[in-house]
Amino acid sequence: MKLTLRVWRQKDADAKGKMVKYQLDDVDEDMSFLEMLDVLNEKLVLDDEDPISFDHDCREGICGSCAMVINGIPHGPQKNTTTCQLHMRHFKDGDTIDVEPWRARAFPVIKDLVTDRSAFDQIIQAGGYVSVNTGSAPEAHATPVDKVSADDSFDAATCIGCGACVAACPNGSSMLFTAAKVTHLGLLPQGQPERQTRAISMLAKQDELDFGGCTNVGACAEVCPKGIPLATISRLNHDVLGATLAGARSD
Amino acid sequence: MTQHRNIVTRTWGSSVGKKSVMAVTGAIFLLYVIAHMIGNLKIFFGLTTFDNYSVHLRTLGEDIFGYGGVLWIIRTVLTVAVLLHMWAAFSLWYKAKKARPVGYQHRNPQGSYAARTMRWGGVIIALFVIWHILDLTLGVVNPLPENAGAYQKLVASFDRPVVSIFYIVAMVALSTHISHGLWSGIQTLGGNSAVRQHALKTFSITVGVVIAVGFAIIPISVMTGLVR
Repeated sequence: MKLTLRVWRQKDADAKGKMVKYQLDDVDEDMSFLEMLDVLNEKLVLDDEDPISFDHDCREGICGSCAMVINGIPHGPQKNTTTCQLHMRHFKDGDTIDVEPWRARAFPVIKDLVTDRSAFDQIIQAGGYVSVNTGSAPEAHATPVDKVSADDSFDAATCIGCGACVAACPNGSSMLFTAAKVTHLGLLPQGQPERQTRAISMLAKQDELDFGGCTNVGACAEVCPKGIPLATISRLNHDVLGATLAGARSD
Repeated sequence: MTQHRNIVTRTWGSSVGKKSVMAVTGAIFLLYVIAHMIGNLKIFFGLTTFDNYSVHLRTLGEDIFGYGGVLWIIRTVLTVAVLLHMWAAFSLWYKAKKARPVGYQHRNPQGSYAARTMRWGGVIIALFVIWHILDLTLGVVNPLPENAGAYQKLVASFDRPVVSIFYIVAMVALSTHISHGLWSGIQTLGGNSAVRQHALKTFSITVGVVIAVGFAIIPISVMTGLVR
């Protein structure tokens, strides 16, 4: 199939970027989106041009690296699918495809489609952990977890931290990410001791890092490649407000 | 990290705290708007009932709060609520603007339409409320003199098609605002779950539509000559 690509090209963090048009004449519909970009990059290298920089790692939908906004939708048109798992059969011959980086103050562009997403690491550092004594692993049945909590916790734990929620949010908010982490740990017995400070601290860090506030638009859940439900944010709100009333401090 | 000593700064200092203030003040408006709508519908029971209701609102609790006292308490609560609601909204609006300095070339907005129009919808409602108070509370832009009855003032006001249309447009904005706001408020206060979400959204849209119809039916009735 023949495709026209319009890709955001930006030399470095300080350069002014622009959309650049590329023609591809021999795209196989079984290629993944990233393989299609690989083909384009090989062409660019042969033409002595700078290849397009983009993040990728596992290419099997679990690392959260492949961040790009395709035709205005993070990870493209296919629901519950990362860019690397998106195949070209979902596009039509002759299509023009726009590819842009995540757009958020907290995710500055480094080059082309590559953004610095270390803001997420800072949110995790603020409270996305459980404190446990190291040593041999405890007997698994020592701490019973009910089935519903285990399932909900696991669903939240599938968050790969790709940042699509932020990219899609009209407010540039990372609520779905933070909520997924708070839900993942807060539903398990091991996560209870730090539950209040975790919610407060992670939210405070998110606010501090220039992410916007949530208005429950739901764009995040629409584009989330892992299908984290919007209601997860309600659990974060619940924990934050509970901790606020109880007087927990973010430290 | 800043340490917030008291509950006010702790709440106001976080985005979720500000949103919880918006949820609570929004709930106050919603209860008020429902009461207001039920009161308005008395227009269909005739001039005497409607004007008596208007007087009754002022004599309500007169023994304790004096003539119009209860009304002034309601007005004070609503004014404080609207100021907090708008303050939080503008503060979060500013934060959202700052969060995405460079926008997308290819825009393809996802998620609920009602949610994405909350801010401008809120502005329309605020402008409408100013006009509405000037028209029917203070009477300065009403065709009839100040001492005219509530019923006559209402009919005279809605006899101007532009005013009626503005009123209906504002009610559509209010309906959209409530359709998202009620659900969003419940989500903000931590009451949503994946199981409940669909029911909550449907409930909120229903409340929004019922309120819009309940209000808009009055200018429509005046324009079609049902209420004279």
